[in-house]
Amino acid sequence: MIKKFASTFLIFLSLTFAASAELRINVTEGTFKPVPIAITPFDGSRDPELAKVGQDITEVIMNDLESCGLFHIVDPQAHIQSAQDVMTAPRFADWKILNAEALVGGLLKRNGNAFQVDFRLFDVFTESQLTGLSLGSDASNWRRVAHKIADEIYERMTGDKGYFDTRVVYIAESGPEMDRKYRLAIMDYDGANHQFISSGNTRVLTPRFSPDRTKIAYINFGADDRSPTLHIHNLETGQSESIASLEGQRMSPRFSPRGDHLILASAKGGATTLYKMDLGSKRMEKLTASSSSIDIAPCYSPDGTKICYISDRGGKPQIYVRDAAGGEGTRISFSPGYHDNPIWSPRGDLIAFTRHYKGTFYIGVMRPDGSGERMLDSGYLLEGPTWSPNGREIMYTCQSSRESNVGICRVDIVGFNKRKVPIPGQGSYPTW
Amino acid sequence: MRLTITSLLAASALALTACGSCVDECVDVSGQGGPLAAAEAELAAEACVPGSVADFVDNVGDRVFFDFDRSAVRPDGLETLQRQAAWLNTYANYVVTIDGHCDNRGTVEYNLALGERRANAAREKLIAFGVDPARIRVVSYGKNRPVVEQDGSEWAWQQNRVAITVLD
Repeated sequence: MIKKFASTFLIFLSLTFAASAELRINVTEGTFKPVPIAITPFDGSRDPELAKVGQDITEVIMNDLESCGLFHIVDPQAHIQSAQDVMTAPRFADWKILNAEALVGGLLKRNGNAFQVDFRLFDVFTESQLTGLSLGSDASNWRRVAHKIADEIYERMTGDKGYFDTRVVYIAESGPEMDRKYRLAIMDYDGANHQFISSGNTRVLTPRFSPDRTKIAYINFGADDRSPTLHIHNLETGQSESIASLEGQRMSPRFSPRGDHLILASAKGGATTLYKMDLGSKRMEKLTASSSSIDIAPCYSPDGTKICYISDRGGKPQIYVRDAAGGEGTRISFSPGYHDNPIWSPRGDLIAFTRHYKGTFYIGVMRPDGSGERMLDSGYLLEGPTWSPNGREIMYTCQSSRESNVGICRVDIVGFNKRKVPIPGQGSYPTW
Repeated sequence: MRLTITSLLAASALALTACGSCVDECVDVSGQGGPLAAAEAELAAEACVPGSVADFVDNVGDRVFFDFDRSAVRPDGLETLQRQAAWLNTYANYVVTIDGHCDNRGTVEYNLALGERRANAAREKLIAFGVDPARIRVVSYGKNRPVVEQDGSEWAWQQNRVAITVLD
């Protein structure tokens, strides 16, 4: 059984200081230079236990902000003030000498069995507070508190929603290639709080989150490993519902933006066709109607008006876009090679995809009209991109060489900072 | 109609050749001795039982191979499927599942669909050779259940671009 994500209580209180100001990261500009930010180690009010929590929280905030590619963390060795002092009287002139453009301080206090963190974010050059919050939680949830603070800093400085307080479901893989075990697993986006969902007794593939992140649609091959069936796992109840198919092998399930139906593929008679499935009645409605082509890997635009998908009706798998209501799809991928796994950014502005060309796999993005195609990463085997909830990062399956393990990587679409997500074994096919 | 006659002829031809190779094998193995040879002899002996699973796998051939990214049945595959159909028409008590597989140089999802298309291509040939469609189910594993370890060799990739007829 999975521990519920929402078991924490968080109190948001605004800490006022001075008027807010100008420091803002514009992530749409061409060449991007990470903003130097000084994060003073959060102070534990002379309580050793709190001091440890403060230190842990500081590290998580630093990792969040550094790994997103938009920030450069000023070396703590060079700090000239403690967090306590920063909270009350930041010496902006001294921080300017260190080239810190943003400054963060934090203070932990006991609050019964729980603790409270006050933190402030300052613009060093205008010498003003950008934000200040007070968060309360029980001690076991210190990681979420840290991610919330990092989210708040990110949001204040970029104007985008933060995505550090998020989780990822993926397929944990173990064992040799010929006897591989596949398990659904869930973790924080940075690999922490890892938990297995399924036992590994059945082959599971292609999980996708519902929009509210409470359910996972995936394919389960069953106890005999010969009965691929659509399943929906409920993270709150821990139960998996099996939705039997009378004919056709179900593939590629995804939730609609409103979560009321699925869009999926069903293969029968050598053709793979897209369908809508109402989640109440389980009734199927055909979306594509070719008798011979493979139409698979569907995805909705965030507003639900369009779908993108793969079709090999032109010979090789390529990305097509069409109205959700109907009509012929328009091919949008034209660079050499195959294109696969399209997935629409939650911002609506880009479609991420897998490309396979001359033995190399790429993760790339293009606009929904097919223009502006660019590659973000390449390797021996890359596939299955998934967007961060704010559309600024992509996570995907990555294997650098035939001999290396299959793992999970992430890359931001501005600075192209690539990172491996730490997982306990091998893994693939994240959904964020 | 003509198709049915062809497959009946094929069936009788098969019965003859299968029997011949079967006897050879039995004699061959029993000449060697030792525990390993005994185990092999046992397997070979099973293959000698016409209508057994081993007979189908060893003497008929349970797999049909495909070219990279293709799902068209090749001439060698067609011959195998012709033998499979003849055998299945003789031993009409079996139902089969054709497993579709792909090499690992593609994505999970497209390969699931491609594996189904390969398995279905084999299924359609069996139907054309007279096997009752109700006896043939297909399931695709795509690239996720390799048949042989993919060591990067062309041979291993080829072994995994396959439709395998499994007697249920």
